[in-house]
Amino acid sequence: MLKVLYFASIREALERDAETVDVPTPATVAGLVELLRSRAGPYAEALASNRRWRVAVNQDMVGLSEPLKAGDEVAIFPPVTGG
Amino acid sequence: MFTIRVQHHDFDLSAEHALVRARHRDVGAITSFVGVVRDINDGSGVSQMSLEHYPGMTEAALKRIVNDAAGRWNIIDATVIHRIGTLQPSDQIVLVLVASRHRRQAFEACEYIMDFLKTRAPFWKKETTPDGSRWVDARSVDDDAQQRWEAK
Repeated sequence: MLKVLYFASIREALERDAETVDVPTPATVAGLVELLRSRAGPYAEALASNRRWRVAVNQDMVGLSEPLKAGDEVAIFPPVTGG
Repeated sequence: MFTIRVQHHDFDLSAEHALVRARHRDVGAITSFVGVVRDINDGSGVSQMSLEHYPGMTEAALKRIVNDAAGRWNIIDATVIHRIGTLQPSDQIVLVLVASRHRRQAFEACEYIMDFLKTRAPFWKKETTPDGSRWVDARSVDDDAQQRWEAK
């Protein structure tokens, strides 16, 4: 099980800020995103490959090939706009 | 020991400046940058802005950015304060303050920290305009500003 967090426009599009997701291991960020996209509802559009989003695993920004293990905290969010 | 704070309330540049000065006798230069909420963005009036962040990761990301800067320049002290919550035009959003022995180090490190904060620290702005509220889009100019440090 993974804890998945959503922020900003992604959180609003999915109408949730967190959920637990059961991903078959071994898994990667790309695999998780693929699984989420295959769901019904707003996931496919919010996580479409032509949309811009970023992923952090255990609070570190990572690429799509990053491996995932049970208990990881994954966050999906749009490019940051602070400052 | 650098100071990193994410907070709702405002900050006082003079007070933060004085704190850093009081802690050191070998500081010869202090630079600071203060980001302020504008009342216009992308051609629309902005009446209000709200800032969301990723608690935990935000502080860790800011700490890493400041530590990376300290690996490149001789930083004696540094303070980064970023506000979250609801802000109005002319409110302060962010403070980056860097103390060093000489000005060049302090200038460059301050700019580096801001450039990486803009592209790596998990904050998101949503602004209220006459047409409703909208998430602010990331700007490629900020990516360019960050990437120029990779080449150096």
